[in-house]
This record gives sequence, structure tokens and C-alpha cells, in this order.
Amino acid sequence: MMDSLILEGKAWRYGRDIDTDAIIPARHLALKDPAELGAHCLEDLDPKFVRRVREGDFIVAEENFGSGSSREHAPLAIKGCGVSCVIAASFARIFYRNAINVGLPILECPQAVEDIGRGDRLRVNLEKGTVENLSTGNTFQAQPFPEFMREIISLGGLVQYVKKRLQSG
Amino acid sequence: MGCTITEKILAWHCGRDEVQPGELVNARVDLVLANDITAPLAIEAFRAMGAKQVFDPARVVLVPDHFAPARDILAAENCAMIRDFARELGLEHYYEVGRVGIEHVLLPEEGLVLPGELIVGADSHTCTYGALGAFSTGMGSTDAAMAMALGEVWLRVPESMRLVYGGELAPWVGGKDLILHTIGRIGVDGARYRSMEFCGPAIEALSMQGRFTMANMAVEAGAKNGIFAVDGKTRSWLEKRARRDYRVFESDADASYAEELSFDVSALEPQVAFPHLPSNVRPISQAGEVKIDQVVIGSCTNGWLEDMETAARILEGREVHPHVRVIVFPGTPKIKLEMIRRGWMETFIQAGAVVSTPTCGPCLGGHMGVIAAGERAVSTTNRNFVGRMGHKEGEVYLTGPAVAAASAVTGRLSDPREVMG
Repeated sequence: MMDSLILEGKAWRYGRDIDTDAIIPARHLALKDPAELGAHCLEDLDPKFVRRVREGDFIVAEENFGSGSSREHAPLAIKGCGVSCVIAASFARIFYRNAINVGLPILECPQAVEDIGRGDRLRVNLEKGTVENLSTGNTFQAQPFPEFMREIISLGGLVQYVKKRLQSG
Repeated sequence: MGCTITEKILAWHCGRDEVQPGELVNARVDLVLANDITAPLAIEAFRAMGAKQVFDPARVVLVPDHFAPARDILAAENCAMIRDFARELGLEHYYEVGRVGIEHVLLPEEGLVLPGELIVGADSHTCTYGALGAFSTGMGSTDAAMAMALGEVWLRVPESMRLVYGGELAPWVGGKDLILHTIGRIGVDGARYRSMEFCGPAIEALSMQGRFTMANMAVEAGAKNGIFAVDGKTRSWLEKRARRDYRVFESDADASYAEELSFDVSALEPQVAFPHLPSNVRPISQAGEVKIDQVVIGSCTNGWLEDMETAARILEGREVHPHVRVIVFPGTPKIKLEMIRRGWMETFIQAGAVVSTPTCGPCLGGHMGVIAAGERAVSTTNRNFVGRMGHKEGEVYLTGPAVAAASAVTGRLSDPREVMG
């Protein structure tokens, strides 16, 4: 199950088409552990990010976040460096499903992305899908997830979903 | 209202008469694929799911092609992990170094992917097999683990876009130029979540290998899959290869499309995607003076025999520019063997190129062709993101094999017509 449905932290703001090679460069793909992957998260795009990101912070990006390769190492690296949730104007499709499957919270909310600046404080309610920008005082509603995805999310990821299916024969 | 080929294949795999774009479905898979980067995470997920056996040992394919032959100890351990898993579960299609090829060239060559099938792979370029009239898409490792355990995946039925190519391609212009031009027009998320259906006279005239190249890069436009109708060329490709019976689907004349685009390709020049996006495309005549350090010819995009032939024709009797290194990496051992039989290995070596073993290595800056800060590579691969081929201050220019080979001779981005006269 998800640790907490209310998340609070600082926004790390990026542009559009942040690809998975930027999120975790391929040279590190022999690693599997989220913390080890997390130590290299976004290192070619923003070398300061990993040193300064704090547990609970958010990545906020424009359209097509996570484009490129199918590497699940990308959402794992983001989780591994302590980021609690990614908010984007839109997500590339494989990244979107990978995030759901591995239990990385993501929200699609173009209006919030437009409002959020680098370093803004945010509060996110995952149950309601709301994004509150504490720095501007504005609140936004993200796209709701379809029922089936909510089931995977509430179970804590696809592994638990399949486990349940296998156990029920 | 009729259905598209993608909708029909998905409906069949859900045991339904019809599915609608936007629906979430659980669908049966015919084949699941993973490689030495994605399989280790898939195997961990498979075990965590409590699964003991795969849904069918003949339909789970493991291909150690990314960091293999193992580039370091970690990579060797990942390869060992998937080798042990394949042996323990009796998987019929595990390919050891020496027999392994680049997955998306290897599987069609081996006849493991067929029309009408639903194929998923823990690799984004799994969309390549759409060239055969299959629904084929890339996913993550946990999705692959679910497919391995249950023989099923969850999918959102994509909307389809229809891309119609008219006219006749000029010499030295091929599938790579068509797909680069297309991505240049629609952008890297121009087909996001959609199915790209490629058709028209220029597609009918295109070889199977050119179609594989186009389908391969559908993901570079954000698409879920790229797909082609089955025709005589598809059937002759499958004639001596297909390992199973297959079923052919085709789009209805009154199928509904989210978007239709048409292209006249007769005047199309060889195309180049400049750093750092596959959509940053220009015709070669507008490339300007771009001096280069490395040329890479191969990969799951352009590692086919036909690509090797194009490059060999240009390099035959010529020399690689003294400031350039050229790395040729054919898709599979069979292609490499055929290159030896046809004398192209000698052509490449005499010209001053190295011919590597089949591997994904240089494409993703993994090994066997990584670039340094400030270096520029012309590459027949599929991505030119920042840091893709190595140092983040390196640059990758994506082209087809003709531009790559011509540039190898001149030492700068070049039109093949300049070299071949």
C-alpha cells in the first residue's frame, strides 16, 4: 500500500520531452537497486539535482515526460532518489504504465505545470488527485485514473495484482 | 463502422468481436521478449509475484544483446541471471553469445513473430514487428513479468492514425528517410498513445527491411505501435521462416481514424535528424558543414542485410576519411555470415571500418563505440538524445545507411549522391 496519500515538498521544474536517457543514462542500466539508480537520476540534465533533492520532493515537467526507452529503471531511479510524485503536462506511454506498475505516483495536470515554478512548495493529495501550489496559493485537479489502474495503484503495483491473480488460481 | 487492423488484432486477443479506442482490456499475448537490461528486473518481479512457471516456455524469448558480450562484471552477472532462468524454466528461445543477434532483427529472422499476433517486449523498439502485420509494443519489465506469468497484459486500445505515402522513392532514399521525415513532421509525441498505420503506393513498393526500419521508429513519435498490411512481400519473408500458423487481419475500408496524413515522397531527399531529438529533421541538402568523428552503421533500426549492402556499395573501393572511425554492427550472426559470403566484410575492412559482433552497445552508449565530449557521430540508430551515445556533450546525427557511409568517406555529413556521382 502507499505510504501516504498527502505528499509535501519542493518542485524540481523541467521542460518538455524529458527522455529516459536523461532520467537515467543507459551506462547505469546494469544496476537494479532503486537507491543505486537514484544516485544517478537526471545527472546529465541537472547535475545538482541528486545532491539537493530531498525526500518527498516533486519532479514537475512539461509534455511527453519519460519518452524513449522502456527502461523501468527510470521510475525506479526517480523513486530511489526520494521523489514522491511526478507531475507532468503529459507522459510518454511506456513511462506512464511503468510508473503505475512500480508504484511511483504520477499526475497528469497541465494547468498545475503551467502554474508551478522551480522551487515552489507543493502539497499533493493522491486520493483526490489535487495539486496545491503553496507558493502561489492555487489548487488544481489532475486527470483521474481509470478504475483498473486505481486497482493496481491501491494494491501497490502490478506485482501485487498478479500475485493476487495467481493465488486465486 | 469498420475496424482498423490494430483493433481487430486486439479484439481477437480479448476473445471479443470488437474493441473501441480508449478501452482498457486484458489481452492474451503470443510472445513476450526481454533482454539483458530488462529481463533481470522482470525475473525479480516474476519471482515476487510468486510465479513458478512461464505461461509457455516456447513463447518467452530472452535475448542478451545490450551489454553483451558482457562489458563488465555487473553485465556478466545480469547475463548469467537470465541464462540460469532460461535453463531452469526450460525456455526454448534463449540465445547465447555467438548465436545472439540484436533482438528486433533476430526475432523476425527466426520466424518467431508473425502476422495477427500480439507481441510484447520489455524494450521500446518491440514495435518493429508491426512491419509483419502484428500488434507489437514495448513495455516495462514488470509488464513483461506479468506476460511471462499469465500470458496476458493490460492495454489501452489505441486510436489509429493513417499515414499514406504516395510517389516513388529516389535512389539512396529508403525506409529510414521516410520515418525520419514523418517524425520531423509530426514531432516526438505526434503519435503519442496511438497506432501508426503505414500505407500507400510507396509503402507497397518498400522492402520488408525498409518496413521494419519504419515500424522500429514508431515509438520515436510516441506511438504504441506501428503497423503495415500483409502483402506478397510479407508472405515471401515468412515463407521459409514462420514457426507457427498465422492469421492475417486487415483494416476495413470504413475504419475510423483519429487523423490521416499524406506524404508525396517522390522529391524526398535523404534525411538527417540533428541533435538532440529524432524530430529535429532536415533534408541532407540543408545539413551544412558538419564535421564528424564517428560513423555507426547497424542496430535494430538499420542492421539488416539490405542496410549492409547499401553501406558496402558506397564503401567499395573507397577509404574511410582519416579523421573518422567507422563501426559496422550487423543485426545477427546470419547477416554477418552472408556479408562474408558476399565479400562485404573485405569491403568494410579494406575501407578502414571495423565490423563488430551484433550488439546494441554503441546505440545507447553502452560499450563498443561510446563517444567523448565534443565528438560527433553519424549513426543509423534511432535516438539522438543528450548523452545517448556516451558523453552528454557528444552529438548524434541520425541517418540511413547511405548518408552514414557517404559521410564516412568525406568526414562530414554528406549526400550519397555526392560520393557516388
